[in-house]
Amino acid sequence: MSPARPRRRATDVGSLDGLLASREIVVACGPGGVGKTTTAAAAAAMAAARLGGKVLVLTVDPARRLANALGLEGIGNTERRVPTAAFEAAGVKPMGELWAAMLDTKESWDSLIRHHAPDARTRDEILANPLYRNISGRFVQSHDYIAMERLFEIHAEGTYDLIVVDTPPTRNALDFLDAPERMADFFSSRLLRWLIVPYRSKIVNFASRPFYQVADRILGTQFLADIAEFFILFQSMYDGFVQRARAVQRLLADRRTSFIVVSTLEMVPLREAEFFAQALTDRRLHLGAIVLNKVLPAYLRAPQAAVVAEKLRDDADELSGALAPELGAQVHPAQVRRVLAEIAQSYLDYRVVAQREAEQQAELGAVPETLVSVPNFDTDVYDLGGLLRLGARLWGEHDD
Amino acid sequence: MVGLLERRLVFVTGKGGVGKTTVACALALYASEHGRRTLLCEVDAKGDVAAYFETGPTSFAGRELLPGLWAMSMDTEASLREYLKLNLRVPVVGRIGPLAKAFDFVATAAPGVREILTVGKLCFEVRERHYDLVVVDASATGHIVGQLAAPQAINELVRVGLIRSQTDWMLDILSDPAQTGLVIVTTPEEMPVNETMELAVRVREETTVELASVIVNRVLPELFGRGEEEVFESLRRPQVVARLAALTGGDPAPVLDAARLAVTLRRTRAEHLERLRDGIDPSVPMLYLPFLFSRAHGLRTIHQVARSLGEELGT
Repeated sequence: MSPARPRRRATDVGSLDGLLASREIVVACGPGGVGKTTTAAAAAAMAAARLGGKVLVLTVDPARRLANALGLEGIGNTERRVPTAAFEAAGVKPMGELWAAMLDTKESWDSLIRHHAPDARTRDEILANPLYRNISGRFVQSHDYIAMERLFEIHAEGTYDLIVVDTPPTRNALDFLDAPERMADFFSSRLLRWLIVPYRSKIVNFASRPFYQVADRILGTQFLADIAEFFILFQSMYDGFVQRARAVQRLLADRRTSFIVVSTLEMVPLREAEFFAQALTDRRLHLGAIVLNKVLPAYLRAPQAAVVAEKLRDDADELSGALAPELGAQVHPAQVRRVLAEIAQSYLDYRVVAQREAEQQAELGAVPETLVSVPNFDTDVYDLGGLLRLGARLWGEHDD
Repeated sequence: MVGLLERRLVFVTGKGGVGKTTVACALALYASEHGRRTLLCEVDAKGDVAAYFETGPTSFAGRELLPGLWAMSMDTEASLREYLKLNLRVPVVGRIGPLAKAFDFVATAAPGVREILTVGKLCFEVRERHYDLVVVDASATGHIVGQLAAPQAINELVRVGLIRSQTDWMLDILSDPAQTGLVIVTTPEEMPVNETMELAVRVREETTVELASVIVNRVLPELFGRGEEEVFESLRRPQVVARLAALTGGDPAPVLDAARLAVTLRRTRAEHLERLRDGIDPSVPMLYLPFLFSRAHGLRTIHQVARSLGEELGT
């Protein structure tokens, strides 16, 4: 038996460059609030700038300023090209084209219905059905599904060399992975057929069945009838839907598709991200990279600097006396003392957080070939310049 | 406006990653420490509440975690069972057979069913006065409106039936600001602030629940007072840095860089905070919780946040 190998400690390794150059679809996923949208946009912008070709970023819910930067304001599903001028303003001559589109759930569902409906009458009846409107607008899982469905559709058109997708915030990170499967199950369910039997055939006296009795008392006859009508209309599209959902699922598992898990180094999001990385592996989906976002800079952990900070804090009185003359006559030593003590304490405070982050990173399980960290930029990322700056870090380039 | 903890039912929401669960836990802990029998309910049963309190998993049946503090996790199917048992007064559970499958199916097909069972259970606990206060670690900002508006949505969709007849008393509790309030947790960052402002509007327009408070989490400390930033800038002059290095026997650059970073981080956040203040109705109380520079997680964090909350609530 070979001796147990010491566990590799996770440090930054590799770059997204190779991944983005070799895949057709890259899906950015991970817990909420970690900067998935910005990371996806930055990856796409870099791919367009450095790798060339036609690159699309499909975003779900970008911040307003970012949406403006991408020219997405007030636009639904339409794909728009980000003007070359925006790159030039950021001092970059792009090799390729950057396109952007936002996901409009309602519009995407409607277009799906139009696509699958056997005739105009069915189509119109479904679009007008109150239950359908409720499902397409509010049904949480429908967002997960439609994001993947839209991805499939755009990919099938063959317009882009690379599509980078941002995923919707989900209750559970796995929801959108399972959405196609669940959607297929849903529409091919025996239970569904069972539920609508009494409405399709007047022969069955459904009032005699306990299930309907209970369902009827809880939901009311009218509502049950609404549900049934909706599904009877939908039945004409079952096959199309199920086939499509399966195709979407195959695309996610295809070698041309890869996933990037984005997280911060805070404990709760990171545990969720790890869980997600594991789930991708379990499903035999390709985990291309982990991106750690908003990481505090390494200089906060420099051992020497902590000593300096402690000295500044403890000897602030003496030091301020010695420094004040250098700073000019108008500067009062008491002010210098306060500033020294304040920056020293601030350093030591941030150091605690930086060390905690470093420890979290080192303990990461299941590390893919690529692990990059992006620093906590001191200002928000809201224009192409900012995206490319972030993108350079995804490429493993460090400016310090 | 009615004080936050004088209410009977408090929903806590927020964008992912802002510390919604932490604040809900701290709020419940604080209330229980001040003599209120409190139930903390985790709606998206991820087990985070149990992790924060460093206790075994919570379930649909409430469990006392600390004196006066109970915790439960929502389970809509269990809620349906409880509801049927109380309302149909027949041993239906055995007779329906695959209730779980059937329920799952109906709930998937009919949006609002899951939500109404969640909100219904919470309102039920309030109505039956099992606790003085129910704190809900509710859905994130994207889904909370659907949850809070479920009784109305059901009213529109379902014209008759048992569920319909039950929505009236729920609406009475939800619409009464003396009983029910919503807390939005946010951080002073771009997206959380945008979502908070958008949510405040939607809550007003689409639900009957009052926005009781906005809690701004992770507020960074102000480093410098008046005139001190100029002093700091002059410390960064090369000859001063050299002098500092000689005096301390080490490189002061990381300390100075870190202070620069702290100042700009705080400034960016201050701008977002300003937008938030301008965007939220001034009658809604805003509470501020400091960023925690600590290595602690779990119960220690909850205690720290609860203490800060207490200071903000002025008790």
